[in-house]
Amino acid sequence: MAKMKGAIVVDMVSCKGCSLCVEACPTQVIGLADEVNAKGYNYAYMVNPEACTGCSNCAMVCPDSCITVYRMKVAEPA
Amino acid sequence: MEVSIKDIIKPENLVYQKSSLLTEKPMHYCPGCTHGVVNRLIAEVIEELGLQQETIGVTPVGCSVLLYNYIDIDWQEAAHGRAPALGTGIKRLRPDKYVFTYQGDGDLAAIGTAETIHACNRGENILMVFINNGIYGMTGGQMAPTTLEGMAASTCPFGRDPERDGNPLRMTEIVATLPGTRYVTRQAAHTAGAVRKLKKALIKGFNNQKENKGTSFIEVVSTCNSGWKMTPVQANEWMVENMFPFYPLGDIKDK
Repeated sequence: MAKMKGAIVVDMVSCKGCSLCVEACPTQVIGLADEVNAKGYNYAYMVNPEACTGCSNCAMVCPDSCITVYRMKVAEPA
Repeated sequence: MEVSIKDIIKPENLVYQKSSLLTEKPMHYCPGCTHGVVNRLIAEVIEELGLQQETIGVTPVGCSVLLYNYIDIDWQEAAHGRAPALGTGIKRLRPDKYVFTYQGDGDLAAIGTAETIHACNRGENILMVFINNGIYGMTGGQMAPTTLEGMAASTCPFGRDPERDGNPLRMTEIVATLPGTRYVTRQAAHTAGAVRKLKKALIKGFNNQKENKGTSFIEVVSTCNSGWKMTPVQANEWMVENMFPFYPLGDIKDK
């Protein structure tokens, strides 16, 4: 059966670390970094990239449009 | 087969990216502000409908006053509360253009009540977007007409008392009773599902202008986490618990 695998790219410069994407992610992929960006915010990044399905929920709730989502079908070995 | 992130991040796998109508300018809103989401959705809707050259927006006074910096379309800046009047003028002079106003609750439901009600009553063929967070965000979190009973604000720190401060105002229900409105709905943007519904409502609001049948009015129940003194996530939870019972979501009028 094919499985959806996804990945996100967060624009860490414009991310304000509001963590709405962390809440919106159904598979707990996203977390806030310990480091801060130039504005002093703990930006979002993929803590658990393996679990990402590319559902775009994070990008939907992001107020600063800093998430780009990619998704591809991966055939699983039977 | 193991797939690495590098294999996934390729142009052919792209499913979502920032709208090309949004400028590179970073938004000045506080982290987690609903304005950012709604601004982005408007840009996406205009891009998807191919209306960049045909749309004229009217920006308000309030937190979203700098909206004209963020979406690459034609804009005019209205005096406080007067966006529906300015939108009326634009639409009557250029009926071929798509005109929308974007206002907060201090702008639309306080100083601009008369303009709002009369534009809706005349049935001006424009889209009005109303961001309702129950507070004056930009000026320091003062009580707005839409502040809930018991809700604290900087000018009512112990909560709004209807005996002293009057009752909260449901603007959307009021305009729904007017004959000029065609589509009146209340949406939110706190979850991905709500955002998708809001986007559909905005698409409908823009498309309604083709038929010249009256005003489309979309309220977005929003958060002001700075004004409410909460984190963005707490503010969303507070909104679901307290704002939604008084401001229930859904279409109020659709004819």
